[in-house]
Amino acid sequence: MTTVSSAEHTRRDFLYIATGAVGAVGAAAVLVPLIAQMNPDASTIAAGAPIEVDLGPIADGQIIKVFWRSKPIFIFHRTKKEIEEAQKVNVASLPDPEPDSARVKQGHDQWLVVIGICTHLGCIPLAHQGAYDGWFCPCHGSQYDTSGRIRSGPAPKNLALPPYKFASDSKIQIG
Amino acid sequence: MSGHSTYKPQSKVLQWIERRLPIGGLIHSSFVVYPVPRNLNYLWTFGGILAFMLGVQIITGIVLAMHYIPHVDFAFRSVEGIMRDVNYGWLLRYLHANGASMFFLAVYVHMFRGIYYCSYKEPREVLWILGVIIYLLMMATGFMGYVLVWGQMSFWAATVITNLFSAIPGVGDAIVTWLWGGYAVGNPTLNRFYSLHYLLPFVIAGVVVLHIWALHVVGQNNPTGIEPKSEKDTVAFTPYATVKDGFFMAAFVILYAWFVFYIPNFLGHADNYIPANPAVTPTHIVPEWYYLPFYAILRAIPDKLMGVIALGASIVILAFLPWLDTSKVRSARYRPLFRQFFWLFVIVCVGLGWLGSKPPEGIYVILARIFTIYYFAFFLVILPLLGIFEKTKPLPNSISESVLGAKA
Repeated sequence: MTTVSSAEHTRRDFLYIATGAVGAVGAAAVLVPLIAQMNPDASTIAAGAPIEVDLGPIADGQIIKVFWRSKPIFIFHRTKKEIEEAQKVNVASLPDPEPDSARVKQGHDQWLVVIGICTHLGCIPLAHQGAYDGWFCPCHGSQYDTSGRIRSGPAPKNLALPPYKFASDSKIQIG
Repeated sequence: MSGHSTYKPQSKVLQWIERRLPIGGLIHSSFVVYPVPRNLNYLWTFGGILAFMLGVQIITGIVLAMHYIPHVDFAFRSVEGIMRDVNYGWLLRYLHANGASMFFLAVYVHMFRGIYYCSYKEPREVLWILGVIIYLLMMATGFMGYVLVWGQMSFWAATVITNLFSAIPGVGDAIVTWLWGGYAVGNPTLNRFYSLHYLLPFVIAGVVVLHIWALHVVGQNNPTGIEPKSEKDTVAFTPYATVKDGFFMAAFVILYAWFVFYIPNFLGHADNYIPANPAVTPTHIVPEWYYLPFYAILRAIPDKLMGVIALGASIVILAFLPWLDTSKVRSARYRPLFRQFFWLFVIVCVGLGWLGSKPPEGIYVILARIFTIYYFAFFLVILPLLGIFEKTKPLPNSISESVLGAKA
């Protein structure tokens, strides 16, 4: 290639830069579908649509497990005693401070709906176990209370809340 | 690739790597300073196009494999799932299916270029034979890929092609059962075709490395068929061949994109959108277009075993080209008779392709037989005799002289 004084830009310089720019845009455009195809596809997203759960059959004190978006959801019909335990705790002393009122829907204190995945490393905690009347995770010993909050053990956060609302007093829609 | 590389990297990091693994020097000597005849035309870009298409097929194939299910009950459905549900799945599928067609289109142009300019002659015999091996691997890969869709054509193509081996006397049936993994084409067949379809492209890649290595040892042929005699006859690969190939590859990709975005099913067969039915054979089974000439040759021979042998021979005979062509002169440019027989050969190949798509009756059978005779005669009779009887045109003294005239 012949050398050109840097003061003067030639047509060749323009062509090289233009080709390079279009090539870069093209390369990015090629990457988009290759990467996007790994995201959940339409059928997976459709399978993750909201579900309705009938609360009628759930007895006082009973915890049931449903699946939504492949995640286990605990639905806990809390007794008066369990609600009181959850509300009486000194919030500031909790590892992940959160009042019980922030974890239930107004007027529906007896219903606790949480995602049943331990916030430590992802095991499913066991119901009605542990020192706090909530859940006990057998993998590394995390213990949750009747509001699903972490009380002791390595888990950093309270059990997560899924998006849900009350379709009626005895039916919730999760998602 | 003889002697020490002239590559001297600037940065300290690159120097550190170069001393331990001289990849930079290899790329530099193979694709930057590598001398290339200055008179190459665009037909020489197809090698690069083929390498590019192999990359495209591997990449689109790997992402498609993330969604495809290789089971008879789910295969067809999973392909439709890719088309309808997977993000950009329709694009990936059409890229892969049409990519196969473009891959074969490019390989045929590449091979015809090799025959026209007699690139198979000494010292490029091994290069040519490696190419024939790549072509065979491509045919196997393409066939198995088409079966994976598990449509009507997929299933029946698998049945027909695997049944070819039953023509072998004695062990034929045992071989077919072994290929099937059962008493007919079924799930075991589909599963193993999936495994091999994923494997073979990487085998192709390995043979391509050998093919390019063999090429770089002897250097490219060129339209005059005369070897470069001095530095005046060649130019450095970069920027000349790089830019020229880049331009033509872009044009090729435009043609490819035309199929993918405007007529993605044009080269396919509608019957393959019907799920495989082992009880019903489609009225006209045809392979994909790139196998049609060989399909025509197979059906032209009335005997089962001889038909299969003719099919195999029609491909294997290519490997013997360096020895069948007895002429001392390379390049059809200086061989007027050879040129005419060559173009007749091209017409015959295209004609065989067309005949392969027709039902095997009446005039189509007669024509297929005539064309098949010419096909083999070209290799076994015409080429050997031309070397003895053809009066060739006078050769220029050098490549430069052919381009610049006597002033070179």
